[in-house]
Amino acid sequence: MDEILEILEKDARTVPEDIAKILKKKTQNISAAIKKYEKEGVILRYKTVINKELIRDTDSSVRALIEVNITPQKDVGFDRIAERIYSFPEVTSCYLISGTYDLLLIVEGKDLHTVSRFVSEKLSPMENVKGTVTHFLLKKYKEDGVVLKLKEENKRIAISY
Amino acid sequence: MKMKSIISKKVEQMQPSGIRAFFDLVLGMKDVISLGVGEPDFVTPWQIREAGIYSLEQGFTSYTSNKGLYKLRLGISRYLKNKYGLEYCPDEEILITVGVSEGMDLALRALINPGDKILIPAPSYVSYGPITELAGGEAVCIDTREDGFKLMPEKLNKAIDKKVKAIILNYPNNPTGVSYTKNELERINKVLLKHNLLCISDEIYGDLTYDYEHTSFPSLPNAKNHTLYLNGFSKSYAMTGWRVGFVCGPREIISAMTKIHQYTIMCVPITSQMAACEALQTGRAQVEEMKREYKRRREFIVDKLNSIGLDCHRPEGAFYVLPSIKRTGLGALDFAQKLLKEEKVAVVPGTAFGSNLNDYVRMSYATNFDNLKEGMNRIDNFLKRIRRNR
Repeated sequence: MDEILEILEKDARTVPEDIAKILKKKTQNISAAIKKYEKEGVILRYKTVINKELIRDTDSSVRALIEVNITPQKDVGFDRIAERIYSFPEVTSCYLISGTYDLLLIVEGKDLHTVSRFVSEKLSPMENVKGTVTHFLLKKYKEDGVVLKLKEENKRIAISY
Repeated sequence: MKMKSIISKKVEQMQPSGIRAFFDLVLGMKDVISLGVGEPDFVTPWQIREAGIYSLEQGFTSYTSNKGLYKLRLGISRYLKNKYGLEYCPDEEILITVGVSEGMDLALRALINPGDKILIPAPSYVSYGPITELAGGEAVCIDTREDGFKLMPEKLNKAIDKKVKAIILNYPNNPTGVSYTKNELERINKVLLKHNLLCISDEIYGDLTYDYEHTSFPSLPNAKNHTLYLNGFSKSYAMTGWRVGFVCGPREIISAMTKIHQYTIMCVPITSQMAACEALQTGRAQVEEMKREYKRRREFIVDKLNSIGLDCHRPEGAFYVLPSIKRTGLGALDFAQKLLKEEKVAVVPGTAFGSNLNDYVRMSYATNFDNLKEGMNRIDNFLKRIRRNR
């Protein structure tokens, strides 16, 4: 992977000026490369990782992993039905996987009731959906490579040879 | 009892006290951005820590052989063969030590007769001089400031007399970050061959070389027989606290060093040795990843320092820079103390590494990018204020 992407993946706030210094290239070249990545869809967007478990005053939400069995359609396979499913805003992630079921969804709602209603009223009635299994998420430990806990204090002594 | 008179004279004379006081000052302060740390900011990769935990669960809590676990010595032997084409016999030519620090101490104690001289290119790591003198030798520094902190073969040649027994080379170097190409090392080795001198090569930062492939000293033509190769796991694998190093060299010297090691240390803790085995087996990819990160930070800090008015060479390795503070008109300790008090940034005064380094401070870029950036901003403010007040 291009080092520019590696740097931005670690910290999306790194500005082109700094990336240029780090990689010993011209700032305008870095900016151009980033623009190109954005245009090509390699860089889709820049987001902040928030540990929502620590936010007590906002609406809490629940998440569920849902296994979905579907009947593939002629010519387009799973793609069209997957699109119909992932277009619901409640679906935050959607994967086609190998094994005993076909799609794995991650669904978010403001409470158990909302998620259940999505499953029973939107998902299950779809013509090509043969069955679903819903697992409610109890606790998040790590997500996308980020361990969800407070930054640990520095364990090194502040000065040494 | 008068406590002062009970301490050995040699020990009484060690270590300049001004630096100690400054270190205490740093340790007593909160919210300091520290560019003064001599160890990686990464934590040991998980699978290595896990191997240590597993070994405890399995009840590996005993001594190992004095030389260290055979499995570890074998692993090191294979690693060196693979990386540098070096052949070291795990039975007789490798000793596992408590970091390079112990390896260096053992080497000097095993080699030095009273009055022997040891050559040390300066600036150098803090321990070489004092432990040479503790072992009864005389430390002779070769000043490299004029030559971009590199040892020039001609100056080495000039420094050699009949009493010189060995030279301590350290590359990439702490505190300068300077390293040597194969060609440069060959020229140094020619001088050593001519005078039949031993090279004690401390290559603890060898894996952190950024602009070219690191050349290990014993892998040079005709060098292995007069080289003691010291390395360890601390810097490459971010394992400083585990204290595992190793020494490879001629069996006679390793055997002599093992004699001292068995009476003083017995063996390196088994948990650490087990973890080190895992590091050799599975840690290489992470070493490369950390190296890439250090390299990026190096480019940033070197450019930044030069642009804010501290002259700084671009070091080839390790994670240190040694910029000159001459233009500020401040001495090293004074600069470091003021910077700490006024901007809460910690750096190590050059004088910690030699009394003639009053125009330098050592900065370590083994800290995350945000800290590095903020540290540079604060130093910039500090310098601007000095210029204004002049």
